[in-house]
Amino acid sequence: MTEPRRAPENPTMEMTSNKEVLRRIEYTGDMLLNMGPQHPSTHGVINFLVQTDGEVMKRAIPEVGYLHRSIEKIGEKCTYNGFMPYTDRVDYIAAMFANQGWAMAVERLLGVEVPKRAEYCRVIACELNRIASHLISVGTMAMDVGAVTPFPYALREREFINDLLEELCGARLTYNYLRIGGVAFDLPEGYADKVITFVDHFEKILVEFNRLITNNEIFVQRLAGLAPIPREMAIDYCLVGPNLRASGVPFDVRKDLPYSIYPELQFEVPVGRGEMGALGDAWDRFSLRVEEMKQSCRILRQCIAQIPRGETMGKVPRKIKFTEGLEAYSRIESARGDMQYYVVAGGGENAYRVKVRTGSFTAMGIIDQLSRGLMIADLVALIASLDVVAPEIDR
Amino acid sequence: MQSWIDSLIRGWGQDPASWPWTQLVYLAFMGLFAFIVINFAAITAGIFSWAERRVAARIQSRVGPNRVGPGGFLQWVADAVKLLTKEDLVPAEADKVLFRAAPYFMMVGFACVFVTLPFSHRLIIADMNVGIFFIIAVTALIVVGIIMSGWSSNSKWSMFGAIRSAAQIISYEIPGGMALMIPVLLAGTLSTQGIIRAQGGWPWQWFVFDNPAAFAAFFIYFISALAEGNRTPFDLPEAESELVSGYNTEYSGMRFSYFFLVEWGNMWVMSALATTMFLGGWQIPGISAAQLDAMSGGRAVAFELLSLAIFVGKTLFWVFVVMWLRWTLPRIRVDQMMNVCWKYLVPVSFAAVLFVAGWMLVVRAAPAVGTVTHWIMFLAAGVLPAGFFINRVFRNIRDTGDRFDFTSNW
Repeated sequence: MTEPRRAPENPTMEMTSNKEVLRRIEYTGDMLLNMGPQHPSTHGVINFLVQTDGEVMKRAIPEVGYLHRSIEKIGEKCTYNGFMPYTDRVDYIAAMFANQGWAMAVERLLGVEVPKRAEYCRVIACELNRIASHLISVGTMAMDVGAVTPFPYALREREFINDLLEELCGARLTYNYLRIGGVAFDLPEGYADKVITFVDHFEKILVEFNRLITNNEIFVQRLAGLAPIPREMAIDYCLVGPNLRASGVPFDVRKDLPYSIYPELQFEVPVGRGEMGALGDAWDRFSLRVEEMKQSCRILRQCIAQIPRGETMGKVPRKIKFTEGLEAYSRIESARGDMQYYVVAGGGENAYRVKVRTGSFTAMGIIDQLSRGLMIADLVALIASLDVVAPEIDR
Repeated sequence: MQSWIDSLIRGWGQDPASWPWTQLVYLAFMGLFAFIVINFAAITAGIFSWAERRVAARIQSRVGPNRVGPGGFLQWVADAVKLLTKEDLVPAEADKVLFRAAPYFMMVGFACVFVTLPFSHRLIIADMNVGIFFIIAVTALIVVGIIMSGWSSNSKWSMFGAIRSAAQIISYEIPGGMALMIPVLLAGTLSTQGIIRAQGGWPWQWFVFDNPAAFAAFFIYFISALAEGNRTPFDLPEAESELVSGYNTEYSGMRFSYFFLVEWGNMWVMSALATTMFLGGWQIPGISAAQLDAMSGGRAVAFELLSLAIFVGKTLFWVFVVMWLRWTLPRIRVDQMMNVCWKYLVPVSFAAVLFVAGWMLVVRAAPAVGTVTHWIMFLAAGVLPAGFFINRVFRNIRDTGDRFDFTSNW
């Protein structure tokens, strides 16, 4: 087993501005490497200021904000329904969850009840989207480690999901499927069979995927023991979702703060066990996502079996208006973890304040700490293992 | 080669020894052969670029280039034309002389290998008595080109790629060279043709199955060759996800194409060398080299072509394996790359050389031991793994329900 590699902490370098850090790097004579914003493996437009001495990094400072589109401000300028398409852009890899977070927040303001069938439609769409998102995550991670083939395999499977979601809502990436009080469209004819066919096929593919990459000796050697995040550190840095669970904390909003129909469904929350190296290392984060895809398949089967007949839209007024100062908060388990929407109602048809809390942003905070003493090749794997998505960081 | 030209001229009823300008004739022939070999290398590399993309596409369940020519076969011509007509950009901050010179160093180091690389029973440019030594020596020129390109680009990513490459190629030359010493020991000659002649046509007569150490040496050589050719899992110098594109980041147009020409051409070199040293080269099963020597006329030409086909077939198989590995395996890290070399390959290769030296004494004392070992090695290290592999492939296909599909999308 490879032992965890972490450089000793350097308290004098804490809490300084990037400009100050640059000045200090110049002073030490180390090499300053600008990794990004146009680097193949920063997963979007992020810049990393990498202080290196040859291949070994002293530290890597993430510089975020290249993809800031003021989505929260837009939320204050739009009507409640009108903001729904914008939420897709919060996290375009897992847009369904951003939809659901917003829908749930406004539904709480309204106090409207969502019909059962609509809830099932939401969960089916979300879990399909979770599989798609995790597929991109594991695929790109394998590619960042140098294995190019798992990526097309993962994307091939994602195409089936895209087809399914396209049939459901007409869009392949930014779905805009959920509505406040329900969903836009009911499941199409014969949709249940298609989902089950896909799940049957996908579970076999997962076995193949594990054989191809998850248990590949070189892959394990690269990732086992790489940048382990202990339990306490994961909690301290406010990690969420798969990154937190890989550190052995079984926190899943679907289980612990249940919403929608998740209490009615049987599924497990996989946690990292440190099988290959240290607990919460990069391999744990990778294999955890593979496990979560299996659980999503399980949820999909149950949803398809249990889905009741009925309406797909609740009784929502034509114009959504609230008294000023009313506030609501929603938490959902996105593919990248605990996603939270906070909305304060303004006087008229739009909100006074919208706040989105996303998993990728907090995950960026831990990179500086974890990157010390790693190699440049490891930084790429570390970023990939945290599954950061640039639009979700900056919003 | 000289004797071959002599016999050719004698065939026309002339005596070259009586000519006053024989050396000029030899020089002209040398130029002709150099032209043919350079073109062979370039065209092979071009075709491999197409083949690699098709193989990769097939492995990744994609289609790959299939528009230009039948099956996309002329894609490499289109690419070559595109690259040659592109602007040859030199960065303003680059060291211009070194930047421009670097690709030629790689090209020379690569093309010189073909001088002593055999193709068939008679087809070889120069059967030097130091053939293998020559090949190991000239391939070292490639690393000079890589370092020059990385340094002169004045880019941090290029520099990383170049330094990685230097560390990697120089380290792996040691186990690779030691592994090549084993066939040299067994054959008692450094000449490439001599080493092939010391083997036989049947698999159990190949050096790879000669003894356990030779079998290990084959894999050490193959791993080292992958590393020297910058192929996955040792593609660190041009690791796309880490170093953008490594040492050739700043290159464009023709100079860029030279780097890739060398990379793809190197696949032929490493595979042809593996075939020559360990896998019986052009030897035809059932026909000894002496019988081939004695042939003449149309029969000789037919068997010459057969030996060429055997050599090319074996080489292309290993080229395919190299591609296959590239599109299957992840990349290893720099420290792991060094560990593999210095902690495992170097000691094992030295031990293997010592073992073979002792082994040869044993075989000389009791030749029956050698014959029996050939057969045992062939069955244990050749037939069994192949059977296991085929079994696994069919099991995997059955588990995931995949089907071979060679016809659609072609």
